[in-house]
Amino acid sequence: MPSSPHSLTVAGTTYRSRLLVGTGKYKDFAETRAAIDASGAEIVTVAIRRTNIGQNDGEPNLLDVLPPSQFTILPNTAGCYTAADAVRTLRLARELLEGHALCKLEVLGDPTSLFPNMPETLKAAETLVKEGFEVMVYCADDPIQAKMLEEIGCVAVMPLASLIGSGMGIVNPWNLRLIIDNARVPVLVDAGVGTASDAAVAMELGCDGVLMNTAIAHARAPLLMASAMKKAVEAGREAFLAGRMPRKYYSADPSSPTTGLIGS
Amino acid sequence: MELLINGESRQFSSPLTVAELVLTLNHAGKRIAVERNGEIVPRSRHGETMLADGDRVEIVVAVGGG
Repeated sequence: MPSSPHSLTVAGTTYRSRLLVGTGKYKDFAETRAAIDASGAEIVTVAIRRTNIGQNDGEPNLLDVLPPSQFTILPNTAGCYTAADAVRTLRLARELLEGHALCKLEVLGDPTSLFPNMPETLKAAETLVKEGFEVMVYCADDPIQAKMLEEIGCVAVMPLASLIGSGMGIVNPWNLRLIIDNARVPVLVDAGVGTASDAAVAMELGCDGVLMNTAIAHARAPLLMASAMKKAVEAGREAFLAGRMPRKYYSADPSSPTTGLIGS
Repeated sequence: MELLINGESRQFSSPLTVAELVLTLNHAGKRIAVERNGEIVPRSRHGETMLADGDRVEIVVAVGGG
C-alpha cells in the first residue's frame, strides 16, 4: 500500500484509516454498516458474547454485515474484570475469527467508571503476548504503565482520553503527550471522544489514531458524525505533521503588510 | 445426559459430539466458537469431540461492541 499520512501501521500491517470504530449501540445492523462506511474505518471492534441457544434461529450475524474479508475485526474483552476472563474471551475470539491474532485487551476495574484495572491488564497482556496475540491495549493515561505494556510486547497502547462512553473529550492532554513522547508503538486514544474537535485534538497531540464508538452511535445523526470524525482525524493528523505556529501570548502580529497604507 | 450450555442446563437422551450439538442448536455453518470445560474445541475437532455428562459448554458469537 502506498504510504499516506492517513494510513496507520500496527504490528507490521498498514491500514487505510487512523480512525477505528466500535460496532455497539447502533439502532440496527444497517445503521452500523452505514456509519462504519461513512467513517472510512478499516479496523472495527466487536464484542464476544454467548449465542442464544435456539430461541432466535436465523438471527442476523454481525460478521455477515461486516465481513472479515472487507474489515479487520478487532475482538475486544469489554465487560471482563479479570485477566483470566479476558484471556479466555480472546482465545474464543481467535477461534471464532480463524486464527486472527490482532485483538483489543481491556480489563475493567469498576462498573461505574469503567476505568481499567491495570494490574490485571498487565497480567493478561503477558499471557496473550506469550500465546502469540497481537495486543492493542486499553489502558490508563499513565506513562509508566503504558511503557510497561509496550515492553511486554503489546503492539499498540490505547489510553483513555476520558471515561468510556462519557463524551468528555481529552481531559489530560499532558499525560497523553508523555505517553506519545515515550512510545515506540502506536498510541491511540481509546474512549472519551465526544465530537469531531476532540478527535482532532487527539491527533494534533501526536496520537497515531483514535478509537471511538458512542460519539458516533449516539450522535443525533450517526452517519453525519461518522463523516465528521473521518475528517477530524485526517485534519488533526495533517495539522500535527504541518506543525502549529508558536503561540504568542502577549503580542499580536498582523497578517497584512504594515507599510504602503494609503494616506501615510 | 445433562450439559450446561451457556449457563443453561439441557438434557440429551443420547451421547453426542460437539458437531452434533451445534447442529441441534441450529448453529451449523455459522460463525461461532466453542469452549468445553474452559478449553477451546477447534472447529476441525467438532466432529470427533464427544461431550460427557456434566460438561460445561460455551458457544459464542461476535456482537456489536466498542
